[in-house]
Amino acid sequence: MKTKRAMILVSNDPESIRLGANELIHNLNEALATYNLQDEVDVSTISDINHSNVLPLVIVYPEATVYGPVKAADARYLVEEQLYKGRVVTSLLAPPKQLTGQIGSLRTHKGYNPAEQRIVLERAGRIDPDNIEEFIAANGYEALGKVLTEMTPDGVIDIIEHSGLQGRGGAGFPAGRKWRFVRAAKSKEKYIVCNADESEPGTFKDRIVLEGDPHLIIEAMAIAGYALGAEEGYIYIRGEYGLAFRRLEKAILQAKEFGFLGKNIFGTDFNFNIHVHAGAGAYVCGEETALLESLEGKRGEPRSRPPYPVTNGLWNKPTLINNVETLANIPPILRHGAEWYRSFGTPSSPGTKVYTIMGNVNFSGVIEVPMGITLREVINIYAKGMKPGSTLKLAQTGGSSGSVIPAALQDTPMDFESFRKAGVSLGSGALLICDQNTCIVDLVKVLLQFFRFESCGKCTPCRVGSQRAYEIVERISQGQGRLEELDQLLDVAGEMERASNCGLGQTAATPIRDMLKYFRTEVEAHIRLRVCPTGVCELTEEIEKVA
Amino acid sequence: MPAIKSLEELKRVREEALHKKQMKAAAGNVQVIVAMGTCGIAAGARDTMKSVLNFIEKNNLSGVTVTQTGCMGMCEQEPILQVVIGEGAKVVYGKVNTEIAEQIMKQHVQNGTPVKDYVLPI
Repeated sequence: MKTKRAMILVSNDPESIRLGANELIHNLNEALATYNLQDEVDVSTISDINHSNVLPLVIVYPEATVYGPVKAADARYLVEEQLYKGRVVTSLLAPPKQLTGQIGSLRTHKGYNPAEQRIVLERAGRIDPDNIEEFIAANGYEALGKVLTEMTPDGVIDIIEHSGLQGRGGAGFPAGRKWRFVRAAKSKEKYIVCNADESEPGTFKDRIVLEGDPHLIIEAMAIAGYALGAEEGYIYIRGEYGLAFRRLEKAILQAKEFGFLGKNIFGTDFNFNIHVHAGAGAYVCGEETALLESLEGKRGEPRSRPPYPVTNGLWNKPTLINNVETLANIPPILRHGAEWYRSFGTPSSPGTKVYTIMGNVNFSGVIEVPMGITLREVINIYAKGMKPGSTLKLAQTGGSSGSVIPAALQDTPMDFESFRKAGVSLGSGALLICDQNTCIVDLVKVLLQFFRFESCGKCTPCRVGSQRAYEIVERISQGQGRLEELDQLLDVAGEMERASNCGLGQTAATPIRDMLKYFRTEVEAHIRLRVCPTGVCELTEEIEKVA
Repeated sequence: MPAIKSLEELKRVREEALHKKQMKAAAGNVQVIVAMGTCGIAAGARDTMKSVLNFIEKNNLSGVTVTQTGCMGMCEQEPILQVVIGEGAKVVYGKVNTEIAEQIMKQHVQNGTPVKDYVLPI
């Protein structure tokens, strides 16, 4: 197939069709032929993109320019200006999208890759991570200097709070509020901890930041130290991230040499130091209290809460624990202001999100796009579509602790609030795209196998629950399941959600619930008919004979 | 390097760093940048880098700086190699194995003609 240089998407929901979308598509094709562009540009349709007041909507990729409403009569002008001459037709631009991440306001971008909005990954892949001068040349440490010399700690927190930044580790807790809690806690010693124990299968966004732009995290942690009154910071990094570890250590040495860490930073009386600590491969240590235990040199088991780390954290002192991606947003916010940050994403989830894309799609890699973009957009545009012969069956967001999302939900905007409303979770930002050949029972079996292995064993609901749930799903996958076991499975999931000590056990129940909510027929086929509809599961012969 | 004590000093260091970069560019220097994230290394970026360095040594090239960078998000295209000649635009190559790296060094770095077949249209 010849590669197309651009793609025009026209909304084709009933309302758009009523308003002339079909005629518009016809005219667009005609206009493309007039300018002899038909081989270079593809016209396709996209349904329900949550922009009902400006239909029909036209999105032109790779620039991701959003036009609307576009009348059939505008087609020729649009093709002539945008695709023949390469100019944006400002008079037809749609107002910024409230729901799907305002992708209309993305900087236009010419070429093969669709437009992205890079805030966190601004420098990754552009600068030499081992060279502090390249970081400084790209406005590095400017935010730290500004904060230390011109702002009060409360002023910093005000901006972070106003920016609406939410924790990017998966839970989406408002970062400003967390900072406020730690600031308010009374203690001579406080700690800043960066959670870089990125162990969620399929997630590697933090690695890209740490490997490509390590000074960004150092700058952010120093800012947090100043704002919250802490002088020590720890980066708890996943043990497997050797390269990131070495680059961080080198970056810390360079930062000390330049006076960005150490005593009297920027000539003020603020002192700050950072230590890097490598984990030893336990998934549970990504949970914040288990991480603290591990940092203290103890076995990595979650603590009971309350009290929370914001008051009783590392060495029982007030501690801020933020994910790498959350921290990476801090310096840009302080450089450009809260209003600037709020101009990306949706009103309830401002900013961008880094996604790692993998699975049955044509492009796997990392993208950073505004919050609120839909799964359909990610698959069709950024992942360059499903692999030939594949159709979307489900997507898994956020690694194993995320949700299993059926194809029917692919038009839900990916932001914390919309996902919560839809009853799914955004998680850490891994997007595993699966096609029709994926068996849900097999998938959930693999996930539960992971959880039962990684459960730390401290609390019973998680330790025993993950084991029992795995056994049931394994039986189903072998064609030996019984229907009443599905209710048992839900029971176990419910207990795990209610009674587990930490997020590991609580989220382990999510894939079970999603499986029975969206794919019950397929599960029942394994039990009633003893067939795996996708042919993935190997049903045992004995049973087949009996059947 | 004495510690930076004020915003003015930081600005000065930044200007100097930018200036250094521009000087290199103005002198027509060539920068070869190899993406060395984990994905790049896993795809063989170390060999690509070695092949670039070998070529420079074998042919006694001067005015070529070889640096590294992180992952730019296109893990699928790794190893990625970027070539910037003087103040010219950045040319990004994808799936650069040792042979292609050598070809790029010969054709693009030495003779100024980008190797079209492997250029990523970014």
